[in-house]
Amino acid sequence: MALLEVNNLCISFGGLRAVDDFNITIEKGELYGLIGPNGAGKTTVFNLLTGVYKPNEGIIRLDGKDITRKSTTEINHEGIARTFQNIRLFKDMSVIDNVKVGLSERFKYSMIEGILHIGNYKKVEKEMDEEAMKLLSVFDLDKERDTLAANLPYGKQRKLEIARAMATNPKLLLLDEPAAGMNPNETGELMDTIALVRKEFGMTILLIEHDMKLVSGICEKLTVLNFGRVLCQGETKTVLSDPEVIKAYLGE
Amino acid sequence: MKLNKKSKDNYITYAIVMVAYLIFQILSATGNLSSHMTGLLVPMTYYAVIAVALNLCVGILGELSIGHCGFMCIGAFSSAFFSKLTENVLAWPIRFFLAFVIGIAFAALFGFLIGIPVLRLKGDYLAIVTLAFGEIIKNVINAFYIGVDGNGVHFSMKNSMELNMEPDGNLIINGAMGITGTPHNSNFTIGIIVLLLSLFVVQNLINSRDGRAIMAVRDNYIAAEATGINVTRYKMMAFVLSAAIAGAAGVLFSHNITTLTASSQYFGYNASIMILVYVVLGGIGNIRGSVIAACVLYLLPELLRGFSTYRMLIYSIVLIVMMIVNWSPRVIEKREKLAAKIGFGSRKKIAR
Repeated sequence: MALLEVNNLCISFGGLRAVDDFNITIEKGELYGLIGPNGAGKTTVFNLLTGVYKPNEGIIRLDGKDITRKSTTEINHEGIARTFQNIRLFKDMSVIDNVKVGLSERFKYSMIEGILHIGNYKKVEKEMDEEAMKLLSVFDLDKERDTLAANLPYGKQRKLEIARAMATNPKLLLLDEPAAGMNPNETGELMDTIALVRKEFGMTILLIEHDMKLVSGICEKLTVLNFGRVLCQGETKTVLSDPEVIKAYLGE
Repeated sequence: MKLNKKSKDNYITYAIVMVAYLIFQILSATGNLSSHMTGLLVPMTYYAVIAVALNLCVGILGELSIGHCGFMCIGAFSSAFFSKLTENVLAWPIRFFLAFVIGIAFAALFGFLIGIPVLRLKGDYLAIVTLAFGEIIKNVINAFYIGVDGNGVHFSMKNSMELNMEPDGNLIINGAMGITGTPHNSNFTIGIIVLLLSLFVVQNLINSRDGRAIMAVRDNYIAAEATGINVTRYKMMAFVLSAAIAGAAGVLFSHNITTLTASSQYFGYNASIMILVYVVLGGIGNIRGSVIAACVLYLLPELLRGFSTYRMLIYSIVLIVMMIVNWSPRVIEKREKLAAKIGFGSRKKIAR
């Protein structure tokens, strides 16, 4: 059974069909790319998958379970985590606290225990700290644990956003233009990070990206969107040599 | 035991409050405190408490509320009503404790009810609606007439004659005349205890799972939702807790004055803004700062009465100086360097 199965997904904003008859099947462990020209509806697909928008039609199944009309929070609990095109960190909180927010669904104690610092508070906080530090060291952020997220350099902010998403222990990770605004060095480093996430956590990833070097370098499969419709779908090599894709997106 | 930075920070706050308490107690014991000053001590504590409450709402939750005096008003009236009712029934420590429970519970209840519509709004709109609710609470209480006699509780919103009470009835809330003769149970020690407790609750909350979720909602609610945080739940939690603490301030307030009226002077728009001034000048999100700002800014105009003509001039200069010291980037930089020299490490670099 596929991890993510999307059938006939549609959404209109007024008269505009932003996403029309979108289908995708992602197997567990795959690294899948979603590409297409600006305004093709890539981020809209992400927003549909994470419940920010509710689709007009279509079904989204994660691990066989219908999650189509659930809220963003519920969908995260079901196992989809994401990052954003324009970085959205909790910028007035420390790096480790950003990750601990992501952990808070898995490491619980009651509000009373939290306010009085009694009961499970100390034990659970310690476990959270350990887990958070483990994650941060994977992303090479452990030295910045007490820095405010806003004060991190750009590349590390991107990494922290991925770390925070990973903290929610997702089945599927959505990355929205992770390499946007990065120089080639940083992009290279990001590719290593993504490879590491796959290796360490066996994560299934769906990513939107414009950087073709990154896309052709790491994605196993691609879907190309154009004007809200799927233009082409399949193995990276086949897709990138498709004449329609070259015409619509890559340029002849 | 090695303390981490955050708990060290918390203990510093408690220590400051206790040292201030001791200083005032010593001054008072040695007779160096005028009766005018002594009268200011309890108000100082409840303004510090409500400043902490408002900072939870404005600084930690990130929602600008300018109706917090309304919650204080509810805490004040519900607890004063209870105390009047049981004045001759219960011993004062028990009664005063229960008054706190009731004042806090009612303020929290209204925080919840008002939170349902208000927390759907954002930014300026939320501020305007909280302002309106604050005024509504005040004006509605002004129209309440409640009395008790042998037949039970009588209630009217017209006038005291409408209550149709027996001659021996006890008129408790008399419309705009409010509640008279609430027992004077508040004192400086109890005020400080309430302040320490509210500091304890708020500072511990900030360093807990729920507090982090609340701050995550403040910083970026879209990301918070996508990270699995139930935004509505945590907004409500912080708002209700903030209202409850404001209610506790109200209990202190009502048990410190003879005639409790829902007047603009204490519960109106201006009073709410004044508390917001404490919070902003003390530093939004900086709990210790709001306590210090509330105490200094409350005492200052009173202490400056001797200067009569120049009083408000000096007060406004102090406001400006505090603003610069707390918010100017250059001054913050200088302060950090100084702190690093002394060995406290930089405060700005750690999360608040």
